[in-house]
Amino acid sequence: MKKGTKYALILGAIPFITLVFALPLVNRIKPVVFGLPFILFWILTWVILTPFILFIAYTLERKLNKTEDGEED
Amino acid sequence: MNTALLIIFGVIVLSGFVGIYAGRNLKMNLENWTVGGRKFGIILIWLLMAGEIYTTFTFLGASGWAYSKGAPSFYILIYGTLAYVLSFFILPKLWRIGKKHGLHTQPDYFIHRYNSRSLGILVALIGVFSIVPYLQLQLQGLGFIVKVASNGTVRSEIAILLSFVLTCVFVYTSGLRGAAWVSVIKDTLMIAAVFVVGLGVPLIYFGSYSKMFEVLIEKMPEHLIFPGAAPHMDVWWVMSTILLTSLGFYMWPHVFGSAFSAKSDKVIKRNAIIMPFYQIPILLIFMVGFTAVLVIPGLENGDLSFLSLVNKTYPSWFMGFIGAAGAVTAMVPAAILVLFASTLLSKNVYKAGFDPGADDEKVMRLSRFMVIVVMTISLVFALFMPNELVNLLILGYDGVCQFFPGVVFGLFWKKASKAGVLAGLVAGIVTAGVLILSGHDPFLGLNAGFVGLILNTVVTVSVTLVRKK
Repeated sequence: MKKGTKYALILGAIPFITLVFALPLVNRIKPVVFGLPFILFWILTWVILTPFILFIAYTLERKLNKTEDGEED
Repeated sequence: MNTALLIIFGVIVLSGFVGIYAGRNLKMNLENWTVGGRKFGIILIWLLMAGEIYTTFTFLGASGWAYSKGAPSFYILIYGTLAYVLSFFILPKLWRIGKKHGLHTQPDYFIHRYNSRSLGILVALIGVFSIVPYLQLQLQGLGFIVKVASNGTVRSEIAILLSFVLTCVFVYTSGLRGAAWVSVIKDTLMIAAVFVVGLGVPLIYFGSYSKMFEVLIEKMPEHLIFPGAAPHMDVWWVMSTILLTSLGFYMWPHVFGSAFSAKSDKVIKRNAIIMPFYQIPILLIFMVGFTAVLVIPGLENGDLSFLSLVNKTYPSWFMGFIGAAGAVTAMVPAAILVLFASTLLSKNVYKAGFDPGADDEKVMRLSRFMVIVVMTISLVFALFMPNELVNLLILGYDGVCQFFPGVVFGLFWKKASKAGVLAGLVAGIVTAGVLILSGHDPFLGLNAGFVGLILNTVVTVSVTLVRKK
């Protein structure tokens, strides 16, 4: 596996960890953050961070996987 | 009330014409019709994907779930986000294969990858059976919204029939491009509606968002954490449902097929990056449901919470605007659904099964004819048997999810074989079907489709490995 793809996959796993597997740990109301119950604040935070995580993955892939035809696999 | 009616019908008719106009200078062949000539840049792709993802369910269902079930509704916010993450890794490669081999549909991919026409026909049939109830639900949702928004002055049948005819015509003439263009109207209206109502109602009734949550936390704290007001939807159910629906998201034949319409693999990848932002309006829809649960508690049908609260809060012309937004929100996904169902039937069932020699022009003519057939079948169900297919829809989602191992192993595991995928697919569908129809969903706290998917994956891998020896 190419190095860029590896980093991209690791980054791509973050939203799955935070938004699926961490749910039993954050299933509570307190502390209330910005007026939101904690669980909703947690979910919203990671939903908003996901595009940025993907953007970093995209940049890393392009930088580290340079193939002849410029396509990244 | 007349203003409301004028807005609703004006927007429905305008959408129809925009859809027809979209295809005016296009020479219609199968490539242009089904995948927009593979020329869509990032804006059209975004509109198209957003167009199929935000359905009437977003309006009625998400607020309805927040209202009647509480926290389990949060899964809606999450699964789309995760689906986009998956699409970042899966779709660009799929697009390249599609481009290289001229694929138009999901069964095309199965036929190409596993070199099996019968597997393709099976995938096509499961796809069509999953799409029809989904399409019916769009038509029913449209009738429902227009009826409520017009305060009962318009019978839902009339709204359904009018949009049915216009959608048929613009799909027939303009294909996928028509749907993408109508999405512009749809997204504008819907986002405007969601922002006005979602930002508006908590402020109007509570003065601020945090105050609204404060009252909600004080009055019904258990509503805001899993399992909310739905005891069988505890955190494990939520987790397995999120996984299942995010894996299944791009396995819907119409969503899968739309990926082929992009101009390049980079467009697809960049689109995956920005899509999660599109989830944020869902938060606003939850706000409406949560406000409604405090302001108008005790509604028998939670799906009415959005419309009832708007009706109570805003002037009647605004209801017309909501009705119009709701109607186009049904028309766009309906158009895309019917387009792909028709192509599956003509290209992957008729051509692959009965007439391998048929040329593209014949397939295209048959597809267009099938648009009318598939729409009419859904219309009949929507008008005369509105409740029969609800179970099939749940089955439909669990059904298309079972394509996931076949697609992903196909892309990333060279060994994956036809026998393995076929056995896995059948095992997954039968398991999910039996569990759901016998009333065992959730099974051991997990979503039944998810149980099917695990079995499917295990069977696909083991049959592939055993047959290899």
